[in-house]
Amino acid sequence: MSDGTQQMLLRVSNLTIEYREAESPSGKLEAVRDVSLDIPRGGILALVGESGSGKTSLAHAILQLLPIASGQVLFQGRDLVGLNKAGMRAARRSIQAVFQDPLASLSPRRSIRQTLLEPLDHFAIGTKRGRSDIAAEAIEAVGLEKHLLDRYPHELSGGQRQRVGLARALVCGPDLVVADEPVSSLDVSMQARIVELILELRERLGVAFLFVSHDLSVVRRLADRVAVMYAGQIVESGPASQIFKSPAHPYTRALLRSVPVADPEHEAPIVLEGEPSQPLTPPTGCVFHKRCADALPDCPLHQPVERAISGTEQDHTEHRVRCHLWNS
Amino acid sequence: MSDSPALSVRNLCVYVREDRTERTVVDGVSFDLAPGEVLALVGESGCGKSKTAEAIMGLVPEAVGRVTADAIELGDLDLAALGERGLQKIRGCEISMVFQEPLTALDPVFSNGYQLATQYRRHRGQSRRQSRNSARDMLRRVGFDDPDRIMRSYPHQLSGGMRQRLIIAMAMACKPRVLVADEPTTALDVTTQAQVLSQMIQMGRDTGTAILLITHDLGIVAQYCDRALVMRQGLMVEDASVKTLFVSPDHAYTATLISAAREMSL
Repeated sequence: MSDGTQQMLLRVSNLTIEYREAESPSGKLEAVRDVSLDIPRGGILALVGESGSGKTSLAHAILQLLPIASGQVLFQGRDLVGLNKAGMRAARRSIQAVFQDPLASLSPRRSIRQTLLEPLDHFAIGTKRGRSDIAAEAIEAVGLEKHLLDRYPHELSGGQRQRVGLARALVCGPDLVVADEPVSSLDVSMQARIVELILELRERLGVAFLFVSHDLSVVRRLADRVAVMYAGQIVESGPASQIFKSPAHPYTRALLRSVPVADPEHEAPIVLEGEPSQPLTPPTGCVFHKRCADALPDCPLHQPVERAISGTEQDHTEHRVRCHLWNS
Repeated sequence: MSDSPALSVRNLCVYVREDRTERTVVDGVSFDLAPGEVLALVGESGCGKSKTAEAIMGLVPEAVGRVTADAIELGDLDLAALGERGLQKIRGCEISMVFQEPLTALDPVFSNGYQLATQYRRHRGQSRRQSRNSARDMLRRVGFDDPDRIMRSYPHQLSGGMRQRLIIAMAMACKPRVLVADEPTTALDVTTQAQVLSQMIQMGRDTGTAILLITHDLGIVAQYCDRALVMRQGLMVEDASVKTLFVSPDHAYTATLISAAREMSL
């Protein structure tokens, strides 16, 4: 029988990431604490949260670009943590990345063609002649014209560069693309077009995406599921429609209600008091209790456990929340 | 008193030099800003809203372009006639500006406390000790629980939201008549944006400072501003109270902007 584990493309369990930090008494700083998440084949999971909440650290750790203190990253059933160099190299064919700043992640001295051929050469995909065709297909798949293959990154617009970034990630036929704020540097109309493109690529190629973003209106258009991070923890996760319609965690509610609405009659955005939690001095108990309007006497004392409040794991509709208000 | 505007601009034009020609980027903008009012200057990128603000502040260098106006009056001061030396005395004191990227407006080698206290020493003639006390009070007013720690630290040690609040503290230190804020929260998270905007506007209400808020976000216009000027291709196409603007926009372009914003909203 197929249980949830076998269907999952990516299953992250109890992942903790520590940075060395001279100013901390322990010499360490926990950027991500005890995080678990799943992405099925062809799924799009959005990771949202304020800057400093650990979402980029988590994305980089999944790509094995950061050392992991504890936990598991199961990709297609294999644990990437502690994989040797050859094993990780093989895995990278199936797990690719797109970064926020396309100009910084494309080599200025290579034509787009050279950039797209590199992964094909590296993984020895196709015949030498066939690779040119694959590169041409990839550039067309992201909605660019073939003549751009001979251009250099500085000759392209921001939107075109980000499409090249996507083409490079897709050229070796990955199963998962980890995209860290891929549309944040683009203007609104270009954002909408990249979102359309990602949805189309998922439909056509069956690629799954881990989409890191702080822009909630982009996430609402794109994601199947949303995971909300605060101070290094996932405080709520669930189907995107539910997260936006009936957020369960007080932080998610505050996050959604701080987006200004283009209607003067709409209720005013709420203001979260205080500072985002400082990773050097993590609060005791719930990470959010100091800024939470609904905090209970228990909140500063004990860490809430994550629990499912609706849906099932099997059909991937589970809505999970880490909050004392739901512990009854 | 409250009848006379804090800022009055008449027929402001900005021409930007391009090779041998000039391009008109702001074309005959006129408006009044009342004391304590929050006025939005809205439009898409390239519509001339930032250039309008820079021209008011006297921040368009001759090498970049040319500014003409029938009047740019800050209360009884004629800004257009002041010249660079006169403007330097006024800027940061009678009229202040907050930019999108706070890190570029802070000096990395001076402590936050020193930079904020300098405002009080330079413009208010306060002693070292007085200026530090004023700075500490000000930091508390922009929502820092631990002002001493902030004073001792340096800009790179603050988050983006904390930096922008520090900038607002510096801009508001002398209780200016007008605060010009150019996309002050575009680089911030939504939760931090709500915090920074509501603090800035509350301080403006307390001191009677009028705020000219430049933004492309109609959500911010609707929920934080009293009145709005809509610009398109250098022209001011609409000047209306926020209530009127969203219920019955005069100009088709404004209506398009509003419906696009509603479509993108959550």
